[in-house]
Amino acid sequence: MMKIAKYVSYDILRNRFIALYTLFLLMVTFSMFSLDSDPGKATLSLLNIVLLVVPLVSIVFTTIHFYNSYEFIELLLAQPVSRKTIYFAEYFSISIALSTAYIIGVAIPMLFLNFSESSLYLIMAGLLLTFVFVALAFGASVATRDKAKAIGIALLFWFYFTLIYDGLILYVIYSFSDYPLDKVTLALVSLNPIDLARIIILLKLDLSALMGYTGAFYKNFFGSSLGVIYSVLFLFVWTLAPLLLAMRKFVRKDI
Amino acid sequence: MIRVVIFVAVFLFSVCTFARTWVVAKNSSVKSIKSAIELAAKGDTIRIMKGIYKEGNMVIQKSIVIIGIDYPVLDGENKYEIFTIAATDVSIIGLRMINTGVGSINDISAISAIEAKRLRVLNNQFENTFFGIHLANCIGSVVEDNVLHSNAEVEHQIGNGIHAWKCDSITIRNNKVSGHRDGIYFEFVTNSLVEKNFSHHNMRYGLHFMFSHNDEYRSNVFQNNGAGVAVMYTKKVKMISNRFEDNWGASSYGLLLKDIGDADIQLNHFAKNTVAVYMEGSSRCHFTQNVFSGNGWAVKMQANCDENVYSKNSFLSNTFDMATNGSLVLNTVDANYWDKYEGYDLDKDRVGDVPYHPVSLYSMVVEKMPSAVMLWRSFLVYMLDRTEKVLPSATPENLKDIHPAMRNYDYNF
Repeated sequence: MMKIAKYVSYDILRNRFIALYTLFLLMVTFSMFSLDSDPGKATLSLLNIVLLVVPLVSIVFTTIHFYNSYEFIELLLAQPVSRKTIYFAEYFSISIALSTAYIIGVAIPMLFLNFSESSLYLIMAGLLLTFVFVALAFGASVATRDKAKAIGIALLFWFYFTLIYDGLILYVIYSFSDYPLDKVTLALVSLNPIDLARIIILLKLDLSALMGYTGAFYKNFFGSSLGVIYSVLFLFVWTLAPLLLAMRKFVRKDI
Repeated sequence: MIRVVIFVAVFLFSVCTFARTWVVAKNSSVKSIKSAIELAAKGDTIRIMKGIYKEGNMVIQKSIVIIGIDYPVLDGENKYEIFTIAATDVSIIGLRMINTGVGSINDISAISAIEAKRLRVLNNQFENTFFGIHLANCIGSVVEDNVLHSNAEVEHQIGNGIHAWKCDSITIRNNKVSGHRDGIYFEFVTNSLVEKNFSHHNMRYGLHFMFSHNDEYRSNVFQNNGAGVAVMYTKKVKMISNRFEDNWGASSYGLLLKDIGDADIQLNHFAKNTVAVYMEGSSRCHFTQNVFSGNGWAVKMQANCDENVYSKNSFLSNTFDMATNGSLVLNTVDANYWDKYEGYDLDKDRVGDVPYHPVSLYSMVVEKMPSAVMLWRSFLVYMLDRTEKVLPSATPENLKDIHPAMRNYDYNF
């Protein structure tokens, strides 16, 4: 597996896209911190980038890469290597490449420019989102043989999780606003990885406001580190579930 | 002439000898505080040496000074009120009072003063008392440098730290109160000064007053109290250079103003409260040069407030700057610094050229549906707020800062 991962990683690193992505993140991070005198506000602006751009790039790049290396995968499958090995090697090399770009582009400059707890949380949220969306992209890629269709599905995933899903939650909250919705909202939010990542940051930046509407249940949830642990745990579930489902399909698929 | 001189000398001598000092100690002739109080005459001083004294309730009905040496412990044995004072010019200095009784009908206190003019309570320690210091109808009294602490579990099993009822011209200075129901409680207290106190971790309010006109609150710190600070039904209050911090919870406020009129609130720092200032039915309050930082809501102003003025305040990294519950706006918000302001300043006069609307659409949404706060900072909410800024429809159009400052005022407290 290590050998395959090595070759896939070489392939990705030779691709100019990852370098561009790194450069873009670097530029954004530096410009945010130099434009805003208040590092807290810069962190907030970066949060928007992390929540929008990181999932988008991760999911689209992975899908395209998967189809571009289709022939390579076919070649590997002709060798005495198990499909699982190939699959995981692909997954790990892509997610490591993307998270390296993220670490160089956002994490390291942030640690130098504004070392704080909220920065650490933001870095963690971005990394977890990368893992989740690479896994989702594998789901999209395995689902169909058609590249355009797969990219369509990937984009739909992104659009659904960034915008549509939150709209649906807001609609539910609005329609049932006469009922106690604390736990329901929390459950609904757990069904969206981007929301989970957002809550990790929210717990750092807006804790005073979150404490505003809570009962005893939420006071415990938000007040302790339980909220962060919960979100991180669910983000791992969000990585593993699509990854394993897609793997099942990949192993059985007639390529 | 000589006769007169002798007369004066004899008179002065006799006056001096009148004020005697009684020493209470285990090995002295006076062994109990009670008997010392009995023996003492007006103007005498009682010195209490180190030790533990369990003498039940002590009633003081003459003007005497009680001084503790090395904090002698007066134990109320969880049954008694320790001092009941009903005389003018009494001083209680340097004692440690512990374990008063608990009552749901009587306000049992460590020091209870009734109609005591010019009472001085200085430099005492109170541990596990029901009420700490209870002043009723006391004029010109001073409570200074005391430390009060209790360990109640629930609100109804504990009294207030410093409780004043129907007093005038009293001074509460440099006390530390924690673990009581209300740290400092005023009812019908006028022309008084509350200064440099530290009221924290109380069950209910750090400071609570009602019907207490013309009072001044300076340089106090109110931190992490169950429900913050609440002040009600009062006119002409001055609150200057106080800190309101870390009051978290659904009904917890940095400063709750209900039916307050003509108040001056200046140079205060509101940090990390769920709601920094909540105003209801208040009129003509002037908020100037305050700093609001890291609060959930910096200001929640109900629509029944009028003629209040917010000017030259700094609003820094609050989740929501302002919220209100109606479209009618009778208040003025002017020349504040808002860190969320995104306008420009073409003429370089350090005043933004476009007005700032401190009420965001989503703060109105959260006001109606509290659970919606979970979606805060999502892309959807960001777009909703943007749309509302371009085409205001739900937020009150007139609630705006016409002269927003371009730079932070940088008040350093």
